[in-house]
Parts: sequence; structure tokens; C-alpha cells
Amino acid sequence: MKTVNQKAWFFVLPVLVLVAFNALIPIMTVVNYSVQETFGDNLFFWQGLDWFQQILQSDRFHAALGRQFLFTGLILAIEIPLGIIIALSMPRKGFWVPVCLVTMALPMLIPWNVVGSMWNIFTLPDIGLLGYFLNHTLGIPYDMTQNPVAAWITVIVMDVWHWTSLVVLLCYAGLVSIPDAYYQAAKIDGASNWSVFRYIQLPKMKTVLTIAVLLRFMDSFNIYTEPFTLTGGGPGNSTTLLSIDLVKIALGQFDLGPAAAMSLIYFAITLLVSWVFYTLMTKNDNT
Amino acid sequence: MARITLQNLRHSYLPNPSGPDDYALKEIDHVWEDGGAYALLGPSGCGKSTLLNIISGLLVPSEGKILFDDRDMTALPPDKRNIAQVFQFPVIYDTMSVYDNLAFPLRNRGRDEKIVRERVTAIAEMLEVTSMLDTRAANLSPDNKQKISMGRGLVRNDVNVVMFDEPLTVIDPHLKWKLRSKLKELHQRVNATMIYVTHDQTEALTFADQVVVMDLGVIVQIGTPVELFERPAHTFVGHFIGSPGMNILPCEVRDGGAFFRGQPVTLEGPITKIGTRAEIGVRPEFVSLADSGIEAVVRKASDIGRHNVVEVMVGDTRIAAVTEGDRPAKGDTVHLQFRPDQTRLYADGWLATEARG
Repeated sequence: MKTVNQKAWFFVLPVLVLVAFNALIPIMTVVNYSVQETFGDNLFFWQGLDWFQQILQSDRFHAALGRQFLFTGLILAIEIPLGIIIALSMPRKGFWVPVCLVTMALPMLIPWNVVGSMWNIFTLPDIGLLGYFLNHTLGIPYDMTQNPVAAWITVIVMDVWHWTSLVVLLCYAGLVSIPDAYYQAAKIDGASNWSVFRYIQLPKMKTVLTIAVLLRFMDSFNIYTEPFTLTGGGPGNSTTLLSIDLVKIALGQFDLGPAAAMSLIYFAITLLVSWVFYTLMTKNDNT
Repeated sequence: MARITLQNLRHSYLPNPSGPDDYALKEIDHVWEDGGAYALLGPSGCGKSTLLNIISGLLVPSEGKILFDDRDMTALPPDKRNIAQVFQFPVIYDTMSVYDNLAFPLRNRGRDEKIVRERVTAIAEMLEVTSMLDTRAANLSPDNKQKISMGRGLVRNDVNVVMFDEPLTVIDPHLKWKLRSKLKELHQRVNATMIYVTHDQTEALTFADQVVVMDLGVIVQIGTPVELFERPAHTFVGHFIGSPGMNILPCEVRDGGAFFRGQPVTLEGPITKIGTRAEIGVRPEFVSLADSGIEAVVRKASDIGRHNVVEVMVGDTRIAAVTEGDRPAKGDTVHLQFRPDQTRLYADGWLATEARG
């Protein structure tokens, strides 16, 4: 007979309490809202899965989701290769290493709403440094408050400016961990620069790159503050990403039920994509 | 295949070396004959890896020249020198299969895929890794990874020299022996010049036909393992090779003879040089305990299997002796005899006696 010892529960209890308060209870509140209708005064009416159905079938959600994937896809397509290229061209030792590292880290240290305001002012056609320069010096019509393409370009450039450093620093950490002997051996084996990248640097960066892509995916998929302070989702709805739309529904229209259903769908998509990506990337490690 | 000549080689890692101490390599002149199995032996920091990197072209020497046969290679990069090098830690291309790893140096040089297959199969056969050819190299054990690194060095059949930079450092002791004999066997089969860098005398002495001993940036002695053991040209070699190393005893030279603590010691032959510092060198294997001779007190006696290592003190000088039979006890007074034909004089560290014909 095996003796059953219940003492272990005491040791996991603190974690359970912590998880309950920072994850389970808040999520369950959202679940609670997502299946009911409320008009305030703590009056709730059972609604079943109606909100989910409504959200999943609404054109507005599809459009916001499409814009969200476009945004995340674009910034990943720019930030990951750009980050790798910058990391590859950074010095490995000497005086310039700390200079480069600190310069790289600076954009990440700026609060998100400040980044949004900065770029807003920076690109204003009449007073912003960049906006004025483009419109009045180069004569290129550029107004992100009027033109959706200009708004998109500004949002993308801002995110690239803000977050490429993260990819750079992670890749750089991967690169400096490669022993010199690898480069020496490759030289002796007659490998080209491309082969060195393909067979030495890229495989050694794979783990950190996986993390970089995951972090950038999750952060950019949930992004709110920067585009909101920059464009407010406009002009029109052209830069209304999922999170901006969600806040509009929840706090603007006070449709708590649909907003709750949308958050859960939103959460599920983020989780699913991250999980699929991570599984694919780590699948080959042990074969 | 080539004879490798090092001419007046000097190297410093500093931009403006001022004195001899700034040089990692001070004045190296040496010829590596084609097809030889050499070991480069010396303690850590003696300059052996620097020398190796200069031969492979990873470093450009501050002064001097490297010739392959009669061609000056000093300024050429590693891939133009047609050499191979195996590093201390196995270098393998993680994402490739074992086959692709071995084929890599050939494919980079645009060899025909048929020749690649032939060479890779032959090398895999020699290294006994044929069964692993299709596995991913990342999943191999350290000793197999190192075998693959060696294989990449040996796969080209036109290399001028294959260099090994302490290749057995990460290998388990029981596999070291196997890989070492494998290397020796490979040398006999591929017939390329091989230079094996190590600080481990056993590795050097088992692998090489000629051992080059280095210390503090200079070559101290070049010789066969037997020569290094029997007639060290320098007290450093005597001390570094052998376990325990040679006894180096400060002595006095007068009237053409050597005196240790006032007692005359018979040397192998006439003294050829007199320096400011004179020492007698005799290996523990040639020191015996006898009824008469230099009086000494036993400090420690240990049984190491087939024989004993007895440490005795003569005044404040420690002498080791390898003896057979009964072990003396600690504190015993014993008398030492040195075998005359194995007792040499060193002046300022360098051999200063001539063996009697």
C-alpha cells in the first residue's frame, strides 16, 4: 500500500492562490460577461454563445483581424531580417560594443505612450520635423491624419524603430556565444560567407530567434498604446487594430458582452498562433 | 603534400613589442618534413597554439616567413593554404547530417559529387562512423563529434598538413586511448604531415615520431620520444617529460668535475660548457638506493604498482628515486647512487656534457 501524503498541497497552495488572482479570476470575469447581457445595475441576462456568434460573423471584426495580421506580418517581415543584419554587423569586441548596445537599447526604454506622442509630433505636416521636411522641403504630400497609406507607413516605421532593438539584442547574444573555433574551422573548410551564416550563425541563433519572433508576435498582436496615441485608429478605421477596436466596443459603446466574447477569441488566436509556431520551431530539436 | 619551413618566425600580440618578453614566439626556425608525425609539446601558454595558428594562416606572424616547399605562404589566408585543422572542442555543423559534414570541405571546393561520395565513404570507413552517416551531427556524443571534426580534416586528399590542437581535451579518458591509436593508424594510412599540439606528454609520445618541445616561446628540443627521455637538452624538457620528472640538483663545478653538496658526482662524460648556474640532471629511474653514496633521509615512499617512488631529502634538496623491491620507511637514512652514464651536467639550463662514445 502506498501512503498518500496530502502535505504537498500546502506547498503548491501559494502558487495556486497567485495564479487564481492574476489569471483565473480575471479571465473568468471575462467569460462571465461573454455569455450574458448587462445594462448596468448588476442586472445580467443569459445570452449563451450569441456574442461569440455575432463577433465571428461581423465584418467589423474580420476587418480589424485582417488589419491586425497585416500589421504583425509586416513588422515581423521587417524587424526579424533587419535585426539579424544589424546584429551581424555589430562589433564582437572592443570599445564600440557597449556604445552599440546602449544605443540599441535606448528606444526600448521609452514608455509606449511617449513613443506614440513623439511620432505623432514628429510627423505632423506643419510643425513636425519629419512631416515638415517631407511636405515643404521635399514636396512629398504626407499627412498621416488624412491619408491611410501614410498612417500605415508611420505606424509600421514607429514599431520598427521601437522594437527592432529587441531582435538585435537577442540575436547578438546568440552570435557572441559562438566560439571562435567555428569561424576558424569554416575558414579552413573553405566556407563562403553565406555558408557561415547558413550553417553556423543561423543554427546558433535559432533558439533566440524563436523567442524573438514569439515576443514580437505577441507584443505586436496585442499592441494598443502606440498606434492609439499616434493615429487613434484613423483616418477612418484604417489603423484600427484589434485591441483598439476592442476598447472602442468595451468602453466607447459599453457593449461589455460582445467585448468580452471578442477578448476571448482574440486571446485564443494569440495563444494558438504562438503555440503552433513554437511547436514547429522546436519539433526538430530531438530528431 | 609539402615540406613546411618556418624561417626566423617571431610573433607578438602587442602592436609595438619592446622586449623579448612581449613576444609569444621568439625566433622559431624549424622544418617539418613531408609526411612526418610531429607533436608540439609544451605547458599552457608556451606559444604552441600561436605557432599552429601561424602555420594554418589564422594568424599572420609579426616577423619571419612560412614556406610550403618553396612557396611563401606567409600572407595567404587559411583556405588558400590547403591545410586542415582540428580544434580543441569539436566543431560540427549542427544542422547537417554526418555525411554532409564530411562532404562540406570538398563541396566548398567544387569537387564532383562522385568524388565526394568516394572520399566521404572512405574516411567514414577509416573512422568507423559509416553507420552514423545519415544521423544529424548535433545528436552525436562528444567523441564521435570530434571524430567527425577529424574526418573533415582528413577528407581532402591533397592537404599539405593536418594540425590537431589538443583534440582530446573533451574526450572521456577511456576513449582517449582509442582515438589516439586511431590517429596514429590514420597517419600511416593517409601519409600526410601531421602536427599534434598537446600539453600531455603521453599523447605526444604515443602519437609522434618527432616531438618538438616548446617553452616560453622557443623550441627547446626536437627529438624522438626516446631521445627526449634519455638525453633532455634542457632541464625544462627533463622536468616536463617523465613522471616524476628529472631530478635537477644545484651543484658546483671545479677541477673538471661536478660536486653535489661537496661530494663528487661521476658524469656521463667531459664537461663542454661552463655557465653561471650549474645543475646535475638525473632521472629518478637512474637513482638507486645503495649501501654507500650520498646520504639522504626518506621523506615519502609510495608504491605505484610495479615500483616505488621514493622521495628523499639531501639537506634542503628533494630527490626522487624509482626503486623496486622493499620500500624504505619514512625517516630512514639511505644512500643514493646515480647511474653515471645517465647523469648529466646542465649549464644555465642547457646540456653541458658529452656522452662518452
